[in-house]
Amino acid sequence: MTRLRDALVGLRVVMAVAVALGLGSLLILVTGADPVKAYAALVHEALFDYWGLSNTIVKTSPILLASLAVMVPLRAGVYNIGGEGQIYMGGLFGTLASLHLPALPSMIAIPSALLCAMLGGALWAGIAGLLKAWRGINEVIVTLLMNYIAIHVVSFAVSGPMIASGAPYPYSDEIPEQYRLPLLMPQTDAHIGIIFGLVAAGMIAFIFARTATGLSLDIVGKSPRAARYAGLNVKAHIVASMASGGMLAGLAGGIEVLGLKYRLFHLFSPGYGFDGVVAAFIANANPAFAPLSALFLGALKSGASVMQRAAGVEGTVVDAIVGLVVILVAGSLAWKGDLLGGLIEGFRLKPTSADQVNPTERQS
Amino acid sequence: MSYLVLDRISKRFGGFSALSNISLSVERGTARAVLGENGAGKTTLMNVLFGLYRPTEGSIQIDGKAVSFRSPADAIINGVGMIHQHMHLAEALTVTENIVLGLGGLHSPLNLRRHSAKIAALSERYGLAVEPDQPVWKLPIGMRQRVEILKMLYRGAKILVLDEPTSVLAPNEIDSFLERVKALRDDGTTILFVTHKLDEVMRIADAVSVMRHGQLVAERDIGHTDVRQLSRLMVGRDVEPVRIPRLAAPGDPVLECVDLVARGERGLTALDRVSLTIRQGEILGVAGIDGNGQSELAEIICGLRKPESGSIRAGAAEITGLGVSARMRGSRIGFVPEDRHGTGLVLDHSIATNFVLRSFRRRPVSRLGLINARFIAEQARRMMKRYDVRSRSPAQPARELSGGNQQKIILAREIEAGPEILIVMQATKGLDVGAIEFVQRKILEARDRGVAVLYISTELEHVAEVADRIAVMHRGRFTGEVLPGQATAEHIGLLMSGLSVGEQR
Amino acid sequence: MSFLPDISLIAVLLASGVRLATPIGFAALGGVLAERSGVYNVGLEGMMLWGAFGAAAGTYLTGSPVAGLVAGVLLGAVAGLLLALLCVGLAVNQLVAGIAINLLCAGLTAFLARALFGLAGGGTAVSGFASLPVPYLSGLPLIGTALFNQDPLVYMLPVLVAVVTICLYRTQAGLRLRAAGESPRAADSAGVNVTAVRYVSLALSGAFAAAGGCHLVLCQVYIFSEGMSAGKGFIALAAIILGRWHPVGAVVAALFFGLCDALQLQLQFSNPLVPYQIFLILPFAASLVALVWFNKGARQPAATGMVFDREAR
Repeated sequence: MTRLRDALVGLRVVMAVAVALGLGSLLILVTGADPVKAYAALVHEALFDYWGLSNTIVKTSPILLASLAVMVPLRAGVYNIGGEGQIYMGGLFGTLASLHLPALPSMIAIPSALLCAMLGGALWAGIAGLLKAWRGINEVIVTLLMNYIAIHVVSFAVSGPMIASGAPYPYSDEIPEQYRLPLLMPQTDAHIGIIFGLVAAGMIAFIFARTATGLSLDIVGKSPRAARYAGLNVKAHIVASMASGGMLAGLAGGIEVLGLKYRLFHLFSPGYGFDGVVAAFIANANPAFAPLSALFLGALKSGASVMQRAAGVEGTVVDAIVGLVVILVAGSLAWKGDLLGGLIEGFRLKPTSADQVNPTERQS
Repeated sequence: MSYLVLDRISKRFGGFSALSNISLSVERGTARAVLGENGAGKTTLMNVLFGLYRPTEGSIQIDGKAVSFRSPADAIINGVGMIHQHMHLAEALTVTENIVLGLGGLHSPLNLRRHSAKIAALSERYGLAVEPDQPVWKLPIGMRQRVEILKMLYRGAKILVLDEPTSVLAPNEIDSFLERVKALRDDGTTILFVTHKLDEVMRIADAVSVMRHGQLVAERDIGHTDVRQLSRLMVGRDVEPVRIPRLAAPGDPVLECVDLVARGERGLTALDRVSLTIRQGEILGVAGIDGNGQSELAEIICGLRKPESGSIRAGAAEITGLGVSARMRGSRIGFVPEDRHGTGLVLDHSIATNFVLRSFRRRPVSRLGLINARFIAEQARRMMKRYDVRSRSPAQPARELSGGNQQKIILAREIEAGPEILIVMQATKGLDVGAIEFVQRKILEARDRGVAVLYISTELEHVAEVADRIAVMHRGRFTGEVLPGQATAEHIGLLMSGLSVGEQR
Repeated sequence: MSFLPDISLIAVLLASGVRLATPIGFAALGGVLAERSGVYNVGLEGMMLWGAFGAAAGTYLTGSPVAGLVAGVLLGAVAGLLLALLCVGLAVNQLVAGIAINLLCAGLTAFLARALFGLAGGGTAVSGFASLPVPYLSGLPLIGTALFNQDPLVYMLPVLVAVVTICLYRTQAGLRLRAAGESPRAADSAGVNVTAVRYVSLALSGAFAAAGGCHLVLCQVYIFSEGMSAGKGFIALAAIILGRWHPVGAVVAALFFGLCDALQLQLQFSNPLVPYQIFLILPFAASLVALVWFNKGARQPAATGMVFDREAR
């Protein structure tokens, strides 16, 4: 039963994505270009071209980790919209570690630098978790505000204290060789970061499904009062889940520096944290689906660059499509079958049948 | 033609038929009682009449005119007003604001002062005293109910639907309340009075309609019936109170609370130096009107809330500083909470998971952090059998079960954990007779095994049925303690409204 | 720099503070309406951006900033209705819906701006509103420029605050809106159409937030750029809480954040040796600190964030 429902939910998301792509082709038409050509170019570049594919993988890794960074706290009912800021903090801590730790062999150097990156993300997210748990401050607002602070902190760091000597732009020194991630595809930018993402997704899916910790998080998220009654420490779960999310986003920032950029740049993340929110949406907060939804976004972003050349379409159309996907997926989450009826009934107050409590509960 | 006619009303929720084919006609200026057990469909029927639910089939006529309500707004325009059991008032707004809410054009200035004067006149006319400028959250429950009634009268209700209105009142408040309702009726208002209390039917109604399982099973003029007949009609058979003769005398004290003090939601005193002792194999019943500190007392004993001062001992151990887990495992305190849906169960989880809600982090349910799904499933099957939980499978979400089956899950979990102390709060609320009997039997059986039980309920008759002693609570204090069978309901009622025995004369 | 900065410096600071506070104030006012009716509007940021784009596009296409303002505000109302459709009509989680609105607005404006204004999205400047000095009063020392030599939108904000406050507390419409946010069940059984109330208040909320975006384009920089709302909508969310869900309080809080922003700019200029980014943090840090500091005792409307479903219990 539930498996069937999951499948239907998945299908709904696929349909929402299809509709968004359809609307996107309208946008492309409006600008006078050929949508078929544009999409074909996008798909080819993103998935069927060696260099393009490597670029897709490079973009998929941080999005995947950032989407997991949303899913873990969400399991405990906490919204982490601060992935972007946590990525920046992860990048900062990872870079600092790589630049200041001694010259260790890679087998030790890389894990220690990445651990530092995770620590940075965890600390940053942990603040929001603490404020939520002990002061009841809305975590959405806090994480959103902290994104901006983190971005400016990194900006400050690379234009002041960490700036490379003689640098024309704000960026740090290059990190030493032994701190750089091995490549996945030779001659390209594609590094092994994606493996971290896949392993993390697998682990989290397992934790959610099979462990007492996963069940605890779920109970805290579904009913904090029942969780307290069950003897769970709700506040600790909120903080820990938030910090774990931050760890994952921090790791994304770390691999971005250690795997791709090799330096800390001002504005080094082009919004991967927010893409992670989108990917989590599309995957319906299910870590098993996260790799797919992250790949979808990674491919869109990587393919966007060629649309201009191949079909004369601004690559930003991809941003518009992503926005449409999000709205449509969000809408489809509430959709219980008959879409038009749903829209019309939406104006009246009608119960959504799947959310009804047992009818026998409705009587006197 | 009658003033109000409900013609063959049916209401289905999904596949469940909550009301089938109900026809009812009421004359103007009379009071009609709608009698039935919990779950008989009384409130559903009234919600249909007030436009909260739309009937699947059937029609409504008022004063010979067919009406169709898509929302309460429609019902109000047609002169139907409803007083809900759980009041529908915005607590942060004042009495006057609540009453004038939804009246007049959107752009009309509120002019609260003019309204206040009119409300004062109305409240004087019907003897419904309120404080117009106070925010609702500051008012006692009885006054809130008067606000609800004024709200409906103020918008010209000709038909007043009262849904279990006395369930929130103390016995002596009930008298004056019923008088007010009679006065309204004599003034020409048509009354529909939903209740499961037979004596109230006899006192207030001109006629009574009896419902059972979503159907109308009988209609009687009040002059041609009596309490015994109505009781049989309502339940469908003669009811005998549960009585299990106690096997042994109570043993040593197991739970001792001394001078517990606690504050409630808005910083008001919820518990004012409450002390109690329960012995092994004894049930201490706590009677009282909802919101007089019972919830706080229960939560403090099981560790969900910290007292401001006072101490709790379980057996020889001081447990005041311990958390929920420690009290559950170490002191073996079981707790059946009042809020079945939000606290006692996680509705979206399966029946099986709910059985292990308070034990899944430990062996044998989980080992090294991994959950043993097979154990959980087997245990669920066992418990469902023993407690007669009816469902398709242990994997069915708790949300889909009836209230009685949900309560059985909680009770099974708490009793089978082998407690020494069991706190039971509102165990029978909203259940049908069969489930009530079952729940009470299980609690009595636990007592006979030596469990010390604190049985808290607002339903006095149920407290009297199971308790060995009854303590009465009012405004965070015990106002008296009586033995069941040795005190009249009137005496307990006075204690419930805070009058000590000496003051009553 | 001396310890007592001279009056003119403070006057400049106040004037730019008021200007910078105006977009936040509009958005916060919109947020108050939404949350008072029972819906979180996390989409303020996106609606602001959307309004800014509308203002730029409208002005660009017609040449008239008034038309731009109208276009921006209307687009904002549409975005508000979309949010209402999602979280009131379809019962989508309000935070999710708001975040979705932000992402949609960010994506669409980025694309449409390039399509409309050409390369890199930053190309085309538009005309805007000049400041309108109030005779005599604008010459007052210290506060003259800040309060009486500003653009029309700055003057409009306090007027709107007054109107909203009066409507909210002195009319039946306002009472219904507040009741919808405090107890939709009570409102419903008193005959109020809770759904309609929330649709209308979200449309207004979007329009107000968009007006804030219009101010950015038409009165501050005269050009649209991607992501130009730059977190002001999120700061507005903090202002709502600090203002205790009261229109006046929220706008006063917005003024505080605007002053922080102005201070930040002034510090940048007076300390060219310190990397300017450290000062950019100021308004965000101030919002955060203020939230932590003043959160205690804040009581939001009781039903905000919850879906109202009449037949559910």
